[in-house]
Amino acid sequence: MTDDRLTYRHRRRGLDHNWFEYEAIFGRAPLAWPGGRPVALWISVAVEFFPLDAPALPFRPLGGLDRGYPDFWSYSNRDYGNRIGIYRIMRVLDGLGLRATAAVNAAAVRRFPRLITEIVRRDWEIAAHGLDMGHVHHGALAAVDERAMIEETRDTLTQATGLAVKGWYSPGRGESIDTLRLLCENGFEYAADWANDDLPYMMKAGAGTICAMPLTHELADRVLLVHHNRTVEDYERQVLEAFHVLETEAERYGGRVLSLSLSPWVIGYPHRIVALERILASIMKSDAVWPATGIAIADTYKGQTGRQIARNTQA
Amino acid sequence: LRRGEPGERAVSMLTDAGRYDYLPLIDRPKIEWPGGASLAFWAAPNIEFYELDPPDGQGRPLWPRPYPDILNYSLRDYGNRAGVWRMMEALERFNVRASVSLNAAMCDHIPDIVQECVRLGWELFSHGIYNTRLISGLSEDEVRTVIGDSIATIRRHSGQDVAGFLAPAISATETFLDLLPELGIRYTVDMMPDDQPVPLKVRSGRLIAVPYSTEINDIRVMGMRGYSPDEWAAMVKACFDQLYREGKDNGTVMCMPLHPFVVGHPHRIAALHDVLDHVTSRDGVWLATAREIADWYYERHYEDALRFCDVVPGGAR
Repeated sequence: MTDDRLTYRHRRRGLDHNWFEYEAIFGRAPLAWPGGRPVALWISVAVEFFPLDAPALPFRPLGGLDRGYPDFWSYSNRDYGNRIGIYRIMRVLDGLGLRATAAVNAAAVRRFPRLITEIVRRDWEIAAHGLDMGHVHHGALAAVDERAMIEETRDTLTQATGLAVKGWYSPGRGESIDTLRLLCENGFEYAADWANDDLPYMMKAGAGTICAMPLTHELADRVLLVHHNRTVEDYERQVLEAFHVLETEAERYGGRVLSLSLSPWVIGYPHRIVALERILASIMKSDAVWPATGIAIADTYKGQTGRQIARNTQA
Repeated sequence: LRRGEPGERAVSMLTDAGRYDYLPLIDRPKIEWPGGASLAFWAAPNIEFYELDPPDGQGRPLWPRPYPDILNYSLRDYGNRAGVWRMMEALERFNVRASVSLNAAMCDHIPDIVQECVRLGWELFSHGIYNTRLISGLSEDEVRTVIGDSIATIRRHSGQDVAGFLAPAISATETFLDLLPELGIRYTVDMMPDDQPVPLKVRSGRLIAVPYSTEINDIRVMGMRGYSPDEWAAMVKACFDQLYREGKDNGTVMCMPLHPFVVGHPHRIAALHDVLDHVTSRDGVWLATAREIADWYYERHYEDALRFCDVVPGGAR
């Protein structure tokens, strides 16, 4: 034990894994978004099903039901999002002519076909968000089982929508060491689980690569409003501050991404929705924004940084 | 049950609640409240008795500290000695009648409070017997006995026929909703998927979910999550404004759950006055009890809603 604790296998320049190399944000090759807009606005809306019988281990994703089985209270609170809350979000986005990326659990496709129709009708991007919020991806998952979970999720979404599904969000942002490779092998082009950047970057994924998309965790509505118990006014201030900083940085360093991670069971409640309306109205008043889906941002990034990608993914 | 093991789900557990169909906010029948009101508002004080020494083995500890947890016991008891009277004064001042989520043992322990509720013209509905007696793990017969006792006790002390139910301390069994219509209960507030009443699927009879709230509940917001009274009041008023606006197109329900041991403190009671002033100064608000909302809904809108429900439910039973 003592030997182990004083042995440092990875103690050298660089990181202690091989998914990507260290890269400082101010040293990145500048990105130029369409129309010369400094900030890409990426709105993600989670469409989730929280099962009553979700296991507590290896971990519960944020929002997982935790009041003891059968937790009808939390169940119906989360379910409110798919029944009521998301339609409030749609009204706000429709009013500003904005589209979102919907991160959809396969279980939600089967349960709420009408909701999926409304998402597709709006030309939102459909991204895969795993089977349901009780099936997290984690280190002890056998690769063969995880592959089946990814395939079932992808097939459920593509069959229901007829759309190609290129983006992946793991439930609760959990991954195994195989997740990225399995996603790449199944045709996914980006994953939105890692929370370590404000810009897209490329990760190695087995024999290929996959784009890591910068989905905010700290500013996610469920983190700020539910986990950290902040007010919606505080949420509003913090998102607008992030926008201000990213817009300012873009003048010197090139295009930035402002992501909003929205949960219909959080921001879709009546006491909160008006804040989303104010945030987006305020952001859209400036002409600094390129509103885009996740795949549009990933494609634009990859189109501009071929050389950089090759460098980053050298073994 | 094998809860807690990675990837393991016990086959006997429900995945879906399976109690209602998917009826999205868009495309649903229009609800019209009495007098053309946009919003039906109801206040739900939880008037509760917590035992100092409740039985063990209920699946979770009832008190954070070992017996006698006099600090936490007295924090609850504050509600009955002080908070409830302040809360009653506030509601009476703004002519808001409440529907009380009542632990029936209050009738035995502190009948003065129950009699005052009756004098104020408030509705009493069942919140079980004690807040320290969960229904979790009870058999159907035991659940029937507990709820039947609560209904009989409330009727004996108040003359009221109990129409509504909220499980004590938000405990549940898979089937307790099926038993409510058998006992004469017509609405529950244990399911909160909507801002309008929702028809529920039960074994026999009819049952609806009248909207309640975890989101603006004083105990959750101020008691557990530590928001200030001003922040709570801002939330409740924002909730009201949104549902009031939406209610012009399709009538909405807003419930304001209260706990005398939370909102009834001197440092918080002004927030309640603030909220009540906001709610009662608008036209087009129906200040109702939960029973009145349920009665109106059954009479005018229940059948309509059934016609609108998807054939494929959000989790079929």
